[in-house]
Amino acid sequence: MARFIERHPAWALIVIIAVAVLAWLVFAIWPPGLEAAIGRKRVFLNAVLNGITLGGLYFLVASGFTLIFGLMRNVNLAHGSLYLFGGYIGYAVSTWTGSWILSFIVAFIAVALVGVILQLAVFRRMEGQDLRQTMVTIGLSIVFADLMLWVFGGDFYQVQTPSWLIGPIQLPLLTAIKSSGEPVYLQYPLVRLVIFAASVVIGIAMWLALNRTRIGMIVRAGVDDRDILAATGVRIQLVFVLVFALGAGLAGIAGVVGGTFQSLSPGEDTRFLLASLVVVIVGGMGSIPGAALGAVIIGLAEQLGSVYIPTYAIVVTFLIMVLVLAVRPQGLLARR
Amino acid sequence: MLKGSLGLIALSSLLLSGTAFAQEKIKVGVTATLEGTYTVLGEDGMRGHQTALNVLGKKIGDKELEFIVASTDATPDSAVRAVRKLIEQDKVQILLSPLSGDEGIAVKNFAKTHPELTFVNAASGAQETTYVDPAPNFFRYNMDGAQWQVGLGKYAYETKGYRKIATVGEDYSFIYTQVFGLVLEFCGAGGQVTNRQWVPLGTKDFASVIAALPDDVDAIYLGLGGADAVNFLNQYQQAGGKAHLMGGSIMIDQTILSSKGSAKNALIGTIAASGQADTWEDPGWQKFVKAYQDSFPENKRFPSPSLLATNYYGSTMALILALRQVNGDLSNNQAKLKDALAKIEIDAPNGKIKLDSNRQAIGTNFVTEVVDDGKGALFSKVVKVIPNVNQTLGYDPAVFAKIGLPSRTVPECKKY
Repeated sequence: MARFIERHPAWALIVIIAVAVLAWLVFAIWPPGLEAAIGRKRVFLNAVLNGITLGGLYFLVASGFTLIFGLMRNVNLAHGSLYLFGGYIGYAVSTWTGSWILSFIVAFIAVALVGVILQLAVFRRMEGQDLRQTMVTIGLSIVFADLMLWVFGGDFYQVQTPSWLIGPIQLPLLTAIKSSGEPVYLQYPLVRLVIFAASVVIGIAMWLALNRTRIGMIVRAGVDDRDILAATGVRIQLVFVLVFALGAGLAGIAGVVGGTFQSLSPGEDTRFLLASLVVVIVGGMGSIPGAALGAVIIGLAEQLGSVYIPTYAIVVTFLIMVLVLAVRPQGLLARR
Repeated sequence: MLKGSLGLIALSSLLLSGTAFAQEKIKVGVTATLEGTYTVLGEDGMRGHQTALNVLGKKIGDKELEFIVASTDATPDSAVRAVRKLIEQDKVQILLSPLSGDEGIAVKNFAKTHPELTFVNAASGAQETTYVDPAPNFFRYNMDGAQWQVGLGKYAYETKGYRKIATVGEDYSFIYTQVFGLVLEFCGAGGQVTNRQWVPLGTKDFASVIAALPDDVDAIYLGLGGADAVNFLNQYQQAGGKAHLMGGSIMIDQTILSSKGSAKNALIGTIAASGQADTWEDPGWQKFVKAYQDSFPENKRFPSPSLLATNYYGSTMALILALRQVNGDLSNNQAKLKDALAKIEIDAPNGKIKLDSNRQAIGTNFVTEVVDDGKGALFSKVVKVIPNVNQTLGYDPAVFAKIGLPSRTVPECKKY
């Protein structure tokens, strides 16, 4: 941090000012002039929180995608199908048993198994052949989409939110002060906060596993140089299978999350594949912190865009991607 | 050897069947939104189409109808692509297309490049399709979005006592047309529309849109459909929303009312208007509902047909009846068929339908309220039936033309 300030004093100043402005926007009571110019504070705060929580969902999908890419240099374009499959499994389990938590566990295991099968039956046979893998995964995603359409039909499915998560809670953030002097606090959907907290926990756990455990050390070594790692006697194929299972399982969990606060239907697979592609391109292919940063940026851009410039909201995400590709093509937090 | 003889048998039976059923076919291309946000709407549209075939049969004199289906995703380019494929590759002679508003405008324009063919609109409801520069070979047997809102504004103002409302709608022609019809009547009665929010078709995360809804209104009008509507309701419930709701024609529809999950319960008591009402007691409607229910197993359909099923049923019915009138004669650029289509009056399940000089339907509209049938299923209950609704909504055509075409900001909230 100190070194960054020494090296780029101008940038550091801009960042500090931006953080200060943001903090003021979040915590202060807005003067009437500002409210007249850009709308009520409640709308702004909601959009920011929505962007961050949506970023949590994007992170869950994209982290698996980027993990698999980072280790195996394997662009798995069937990742969206894994997301949707996880969602459907979660729906089936939660309606059958009535347990929301259980649906996450089952979805994780089921989709991780699909990942293991994919790795063993498909990717292992075409290691290092990028183009072939890409074509095969596109083909697989189409086959999966049609199979799921066949089984689940074109309906919209929603994973039932447990009753203790339905409804809003009051956050200690002031949005306005009534003329009577009574403060008005922000109301926010509880389920989104819980899901966001869960994705933060998963993100931190992943970071710890990668940086503090032996397995993580092997995976990181594999990311740097696969061949040397294999030469040292590590059973690299086993590591590949494990990482693929974890990445796929995360997509499955994300599917249940997506099914809880949005909905599941055919077409969601490609939407989330596209979202995770954009997220990892912005954040940097193969980097977990990059996926987190990219996810929050894209989530915020979508939500703030949909409130303040609704007509062009769709374009904003792609503008960010274009900008990143133009200025820093390797992604914001890529190591190389 | 065995393979060879089997192949021979198969081949000969194919030839035999060919001679046995050699009769002229009339090829009809059908499009529906079987992908994307409106998938469920497209599927139920096709159920309505199939119901019509079950009831009316496919025979036209000694000819037989053959239907070829193509899928679209509610975008205009997907509709034109599908229609072009049906014409150029499958050589269809008649089109039953499309389902959604923007698609309708595009297909109408495309119809002009094929004046020799006949286009029967399947379900699309943008006003512009038949109001501005209509194509002489494009026929629409369903009302447009504005006609489908007739009665709602007055009912909200006079009976429900709403004075100020805000609207949230998908950002495309059909919803513009719906809001057009609503605003015209509601503001004409003296109400105020304070805020109109537009979201892109296919929006998944409505949380910020919901946060931006104004608090100081009596009701919020929702012009959403398909997956968008379900997502909105789900997130509205999570945000603890409690405002009075009003619904557009594809919002208060079986496509949404029978979605899975509890979010739809927010709609109980919501008032809406549409070209149909689920619980209408008219014998023709009840017969259609029964035919629809008998055509499909219970888990492969809605409890009661959606607006899309009704529209596809009506347009298929009009086409088959007109073809029978001319005995399947498609000579001379289908002139006889076009003539018959323009003149035909059909007894559609949702009331009598005839066409005006722009080949746009004049029909019956329904104001409805959502009720729970006691077993957890939601239906739209009839509140008011309004016959003979035309495209200018009862306005003098000259006055109507001055209002302008439906868009994000048109019409203004005032009395015209």
